Parts: sequence; structure tokens; C-alpha cells
Amino acid sequence: MSEISRADVEHLAKLAHISMTEAELEKMAGELAVIVDSVRSVSEAVSGEVPATSHPLPLTNVFREDEVGHVFTAEQSLLNAPDAEAGRFKVPAILDEE
Amino acid sequence: MTTHTHHLTRLTAAEMAQKLRAGEITSVQLTQAHLDRIAAVDGGEHGIHAFLHVSAEEALRTAAEVDDLRAAGGAVAEALHPLAGVPIAVKDLIVTEGQPTTAGSKMLEGWMSPYDATVVTKLREAKLPILGKTNLDEFAMGSSTEHSAYGVTRNPWDTTRIPGGSGGGSAAAVAAFEAPLALGTDTGGSIRQPGAVTGTVGTKPTYGSVSRYGAIAMASSLDQIGPVARTTEDAALLHELIAGHDPKDSTSLPGEVPAFGEAVRTADVAGMRIGVIKQLQGEGYQQGVLDRFHEALDALRAAGAEIVEVDCPSFDYALGAYYLIMPSEASSNLAKFDGVRYGTRVLPEDGPLTIERVMGSTRAAGFGDEVKRRIILGTYALSAGYYDAYYGSAQKVRTLIQQDFDAAFEKADVLISPTAPTVAFPLGENDDDPLAMYLNDVATIPANLAGVPGISVPGGLSEGLPVGIQFLAPIREDARVYRAGGALEKLLSQDAEPLWAQAPELAETEPAAAAEPAEAAAHPAGK
Repeated sequence: MSEISRADVEHLAKLAHISMTEAELEKMAGELAVIVDSVRSVSEAVSGEVPATSHPLPLTNVFREDEVGHVFTAEQSLLNAPDAEAGRFKVPAILDEE
Repeated sequence: MTTHTHHLTRLTAAEMAQKLRAGEITSVQLTQAHLDRIAAVDGGEHGIHAFLHVSAEEALRTAAEVDDLRAAGGAVAEALHPLAGVPIAVKDLIVTEGQPTTAGSKMLEGWMSPYDATVVTKLREAKLPILGKTNLDEFAMGSSTEHSAYGVTRNPWDTTRIPGGSGGGSAAAVAAFEAPLALGTDTGGSIRQPGAVTGTVGTKPTYGSVSRYGAIAMASSLDQIGPVARTTEDAALLHELIAGHDPKDSTSLPGEVPAFGEAVRTADVAGMRIGVIKQLQGEGYQQGVLDRFHEALDALRAAGAEIVEVDCPSFDYALGAYYLIMPSEASSNLAKFDGVRYGTRVLPEDGPLTIERVMGSTRAAGFGDEVKRRIILGTYALSAGYYDAYYGSAQKVRTLIQQDFDAAFEKADVLISPTAPTVAFPLGENDDDPLAMYLNDVATIPANLAGVPGISVPGGLSEGLPVGIQFLAPIREDARVYRAGGALEKLLSQDAEPLWAQAPELAETEPAAAAEPAEAAAHPAGK
């Protein structure tokens, strides 16, 4: 079995900004271990000499003229905001209180 | 519902277009017939539930506009797109101005896009009435549409079974005669596998050949928008409309759009070399699926195709590579749902109100289990110390798979396999087994990893449920999958009705209920 522990999942969830309950962490650790075991063969399938492919097409550096196209107004941009004030997105405190 | 309008929904899109041009029917009649059908079969406890939102008013407005232009005649009527007035449904992963877009997630409940996806702009320019938005697994993550935050979609062939996924809503809508055409997206099979299990046609175009601008991204190096229809000709006509270079999509392929409709109409496999992929058959595939597959091969051989076997040893690692690459890209793409600029914001129940904690509670409440699983898995695969072993290795496997395709296309013009290893399974069967769910995509994933085009066409029934046959072609050779798929469709419907016409009749709700505004049946769109 894979080495993914409840503590690992807790760390990953923190990195991914997803709050999880104890029960969720336990369940996810078990599920991830099974999935990771099943994909482990991938690292065994390749030897060092194979180049990596990040993308199906060899497209690089797509350029265009530096012209201003359609832009949203501030009102349009804020239309779906959970909270806004004075033409800006309003968020809770950025820093911890202490 | 009158027999007359019922009849209209059973035409192919090509036939609808022809009757509209000939003035035999109006787009308002045609659009209303589909809205009536949606009202009759989509709602209720055992309804298909293909639609998350129905936009009757907008669709009828577009239809009336087409009818007016056609009635005016002359150059304006001549200039109408061949599909003008033929209604269409859009997968709810594709953004639309004026209609809500949820991606099947609580995270985007009530979200209204301030812009149209490029494919939607093309639909509007060609004046196809947009009936509404179709259900999907949340953020397109799933193979059954059971992971939608807004409830399951039911397979019209057996409403206790899944319609495939993630595009189960688009496939079911087309199979249930709620729409003649639909748009889907395919990251690992989300157009083709639903097509297979609902007895319909779905194409994943060459990566980059249809603009992805306005498709909410799951895995950007794999995602592709494509057509969903009941026949290969209908899929081809829609494909022609949505394809083409788009400067708004930096991964968009330049070049002319081939005549896919013509490829279907002249479809012939005489002399075509068709490669059977050794790795995509046998163990894990149901016998009924393999039986239909071998019958398809026999029919193609009898029609003059040369059937050869091709060896693609790296395909054995495709599923594993996909389940590393896709979650990695998804974990990054979904980082933007943080409750700051749009979408849901959920405050923590206790403790200090900092933005980090608000993000944590927002994403905990806004994402479903499968989305969380993939974000965590992707975060793991990309983390320091594991990156080379997992994400790095998967990218190398991707190279090997491309090389396997290159070698296979030396020996064959197109490749063939079953689209999915099984027929539609019962709703809930794989609830507690994510890995079993992932196996549904084993035959469709290699095409996404290599960027090649693929189509699923109906291959008959196994125990009363549809089986799909997949054709794959080299990059930019999408016309070949239409030629091969169109030919098989013709061969298999020589002595029988086409499969889509054999779908069981669905119970329709009483006319009184059907007369209610269709919007009432859809989930609330308000913020």
C-alpha cells in the first residue's frame, strides 16, 4: 500500500485551501492511497531517455499585435463578486489578527 | 403534445435544416416542439434531467428571428447558415451570456458569465436557438454525471442507469429527442463515452481545432470542445460550424476547416486500412461489447476495409498517466475558485475571519467529493519530492503514447476500438469506488493524451443497452473519423432502423404539466 497518511492529506488540503473534517481526512487518505498505487506503474514504465510532452501540439510563442481589445467595465467585473465596495472586490482580513 | 410536433423532434438536424430551408416548417414550431419535449420528459422524479437551465424565451426569440429573415427572402435568407433555426443544447461547462453557467458545481451557483465562449458566439452568429444548459459531472470530473451538484441525469435507454459522463446531459438530451444537437467537452472521453452508452454520436476534435475560449478549464492540455448528435452527418455539420482558429485561444490551431459533412455523405471504407488496437480489447471489456465490436469489424471488412492489428504497448499506462496529468492541471486551474472575485463565498462557522480561512471554508462547501479528491491528488503529484516520479513520468508516458500512435498510423489510416469497456451501469454502482469509475475511460484517454481526433458511433445493443464503436485518426485528420464512422453507421443501419430511432418511448408528463414554463423545471438561477 501507498504511504499516504492522514497527516499528508491534512498538509495537502492546507496547500489546496480546502478545510476538511477528521472523517474526510481519513476517508481521503484511504482513497488516495489506492489511486496512487494504481498510477505507480507510470513511473516504472519510463526510463530516463524519454523526452517529456507537456502539450499535444508543438505550438510555441503565439504573438499578436499589442492592441487593446474588448475589456470589461468595472461594473461587469464586479457583477458576480460575493462582496464589493467602491468599485473594488471586498475581502476579509488578508493577515491573521495576531 | 401533438403527434405532429412529436414527429419534428425525431428528425435529424440535417432533415430539420432542409425542411426549414424548404419552408415546410418554421424554426418557432421546431424550437417549441423541443421545449415541449423537454417539459414532458426532463422533469419529475424519474425524468431524464438533462437540463440544468432551459431558456425558452431566448430560444424562441432566435427562432422567430430566423423565420422572419427566411420569410423576407432574397440575399438575407440566402446568407443564413445551413443550420440556422435548428435548436441546440450547450454543456454547462461552456459559458453563455444571459444564461447561468454552473459547471455542475455549487461553487458557481447563480454565476452569470459576462461573456460568451467563442463556440457560443458562433452558434449565435449562425442563429441556432440555444435551448439551455446541460448537466455534467462537477467541473467535468466524472464518467457518469452522478457527480453533478444538481442531481443525476438518467439514461433514456434505461432511466435507472447512468448516461455516461461528464457530458451525460448533452448525450441524454440528444438521445431523448430533447435537442437534435448539443455541445460537449472531452478531456478523457466526456463526449465519446456518453455517446457510446446513450446510442448517440460524439466527436472529440483534434486538440486546438475548436476554440476552448469560454470552456471552464479542467485540464488545459487535454480539454476539447466537440459536437454531440444522433447521426455522424449532424455531428459533422455542427463540427464544421464550431471549428476554426481563434486568436482568443493561445492553443488554437491555424488552418482551414475541412468539409466534414461531405466526408460523411461520401463515406466509404473500400481500401481503407483500419487498425485494431491490441491493447484496447479483451480483459475488462464486457463480452457483449466485444461481440458488437467484432460484428462491426466484420461489416467493415465485408465493405472492403483492410483490417490490421496494431500494437500500442504504452496504452497500458495511459490511464495511470492521465490520472496524474489531469488532476495536476485541474488542481492548478481550480485554484481560482477562492470566493474573492466570483462564485460562492462561505464563511467559517467559528474562529477568526481571515481570507485564508474563508478560502478554506468556501472550497470545502463549494466543491464536491470528486473535485476535492482530484485537487488533492494533483497537489500531491505536483509537490516537491514527488514531481519527477509522478507528473514528470506521466509526461514521458505521453511521449511514448504519441510514438505508439505515430507507428500505428504508419500501418493504418484509422484506428478502431470499443468506446467504453461496458454498457451503461446502474446509477450508484460505483459510488464508493473511484478507481472502478476511472476505468470507464480506458479506451478514450489515449486520444486526449496525444491530441488526436476520435468519434464514437453506435455499434448496436448488448442486453438492450447501446454499445459504442470508436474511431481515431491522426492530428488534423478529423475528416477520416467521419468517413469511417459514417460508413459504419450506414452499414449497421442497412437492414434496421438506426439505433437512435430504437430508443424506448419515455413516459411523458400530462399536458397540463408540460404547458408550464420550462424555466420552472430547471434549478433556480438567481444569486
